[in-house]
Amino acid sequence: MSGATRTSPSSAAQHSVDASRASGEIRLSVEQVSYAYSPNPSQAPLFTLEASSFQARAGEIVAVLGPNASGKSTLLKLIAGALEPLSGRVLLDGFVTHTLSPRMRAQRIAMVQQESPLLFPSRAWEFVLQGRHPYGRSLRFETERDVAIARNALAQVGAEHLSDRWMDQISGGEKQRVILARALAQQPLLLLLDEPTLHLDIGAQVDLLETLRRLSAENRYTVVVVTHELNLAAEYSDQVVLLQRGKSLRVGSPAAVYQRELLEQVFQTPLSVELGSSGRPRVSVLTGT
Amino acid sequence: MRPLTLWRLLVRCGILAVILFVVVIVALKFGAVPVSLYGLGRDLVSVLLRQTNAISSDYGMIISDIRLPRIILAIFVGASLSVAGTSFQALLRNPLADPYVLGVSSGAALGAVLALIAEPHLAIPPVFAALFTPLGAFLGAAATITAVYFLGRREGQIDSGTLLLAGIISASFLSAIIMFLMTTLTGRDLHGMTFWLMGDLSISLQQNLRWVLGIGFVVATGAIYTTAADLNLLLAGEKEAMHLGVDVPRVRLVVYIAASILTGLAVSVSGVIGYVGLLVPHVMRLIFGSDHRILIPTAAFGGAIALVIADTLARTVVAPNELPVGAMTALAGAPLFIYLLRRRLA
Repeated sequence: MSGATRTSPSSAAQHSVDASRASGEIRLSVEQVSYAYSPNPSQAPLFTLEASSFQARAGEIVAVLGPNASGKSTLLKLIAGALEPLSGRVLLDGFVTHTLSPRMRAQRIAMVQQESPLLFPSRAWEFVLQGRHPYGRSLRFETERDVAIARNALAQVGAEHLSDRWMDQISGGEKQRVILARALAQQPLLLLLDEPTLHLDIGAQVDLLETLRRLSAENRYTVVVVTHELNLAAEYSDQVVLLQRGKSLRVGSPAAVYQRELLEQVFQTPLSVELGSSGRPRVSVLTGT
Repeated sequence: MRPLTLWRLLVRCGILAVILFVVVIVALKFGAVPVSLYGLGRDLVSVLLRQTNAISSDYGMIISDIRLPRIILAIFVGASLSVAGTSFQALLRNPLADPYVLGVSSGAALGAVLALIAEPHLAIPPVFAALFTPLGAFLGAAATITAVYFLGRREGQIDSGTLLLAGIISASFLSAIIMFLMTTLTGRDLHGMTFWLMGDLSISLQQNLRWVLGIGFVVATGAIYTTAADLNLLLAGEKEAMHLGVDVPRVRLVVYIAASILTGLAVSVSGVIGYVGLLVPHVMRLIFGSDHRILIPTAAFGGAIALVIADTLARTVVAPNELPVGAMTALAGAPLFIYLLRRRLA
């Protein structure tokens, strides 16, 4: 499936994109990135992210976990190249993400955010076709190839039937699929998701993560997902990055990171951690103690 | 899936061009002096063939020298305001934004007035004298949109309500300054002034100003049109657009400059005309959808059609007197606006 949807190589950059997709080398390398946010330069920063590092290969899913205000979204924006790090750098296939032009970046990195309302309504297919924007010049009309890619993207998330629906008239879970389809239409190397399961019921959550798991395996996307769902993260991710108050506490496999004392200390809640039937850790909240 | 094709775009523009043509013919016919359709047709052919001496009708002069230039002016002004409004609405993510509401028109008017006042005191070659007022209007428009943009931000994000308030307050403040300047400095006839402030298309333009207007319109609209696909993505917000490869600061710069040119030119030749830039984009969006690749050209045609109709009504309803065309657009526009607003909320 992924082979059929790839762009025909048109530039040197495209060649390197294809080369990396095929290999199992490190694709994403987050190297000691840090960040400080202050509303104006004279004040002490309100929020800082201390140097964080991790690496991910093609086809891997990395979950970023942590309580509110721990710096998860900031880390994601740094990876996306939307913020310039205070120090360190994020390398995607040898490119420093924040120095790429918006267009080059959008050809490599797709971001699924908590959806923002549209000013004027549009249909699902129009929305998905927007994912082709970084491949066209400003005044270009969509080609048949773009339409085929968008249609394929909708099919990959199982949302072909939503194609002609209005975006403001479909359910949250359906909308999340269409947003994901738009990200797939960008044909990215790196898929970033900011709390994609928020506002979804448990069935839709599992559905979305199953889809992600399958897509990352088929299309060799590297996926970084910020989430609050400890158990879903344990079930579906290959690596976990645990953040607390702007500090990267631990990076590793779910089994290595999900230590009871560590999680209890980070989330300030009594928890129990067991090994589930799948061989992955499972967290439950201990109440009434 | 039915993505936009060049063919579909051209068909829609063609239909609107035909409607505009019909409206122009009707507008030529109606006025304080009645003209028969036959005489009109004969004279139009003469005008087109540049055989002005062959105009036989008694009223040929009225048509070729008074009504036609005025209608062409209405076409350019209507299209300019409508395109400026369309791009402001997308860029500011605000369905109520337009040059009039945002105070940009008033800023342009103040710029034009200042240029008019300054002109006699500066040694400007006659060739450029005609350009001085539009230049002042452009600078006034650009300064106002910059100010309103920064006043309308809260914590780095554009806030819809704050933005509109900033625009409306700027508009009334700037209008007050204009009134002050006109009464204290020039002692000019205030009736003509208020007429101009409410929008007036009866001004006859110098030849080189016509060229400036035409070229400015084509260049500025073309510049905005190159950002059409980017504006589509900006509807979902600046951050989303950036992640889809839109160079947001560049688009913002292009649109603000081009929309200021359009507003400045329109205001310098016709005064402050409201509602065209606000309403026409909404009507076109209802008919053709919110894809800016089709919305910008159709809004240009729609604005032209709307203003030609409004000006024809302004010329005829109280003939032989005239209403300011801005009063006409407000009379028709305000109720339509309320209707659209209620429809949206429903």
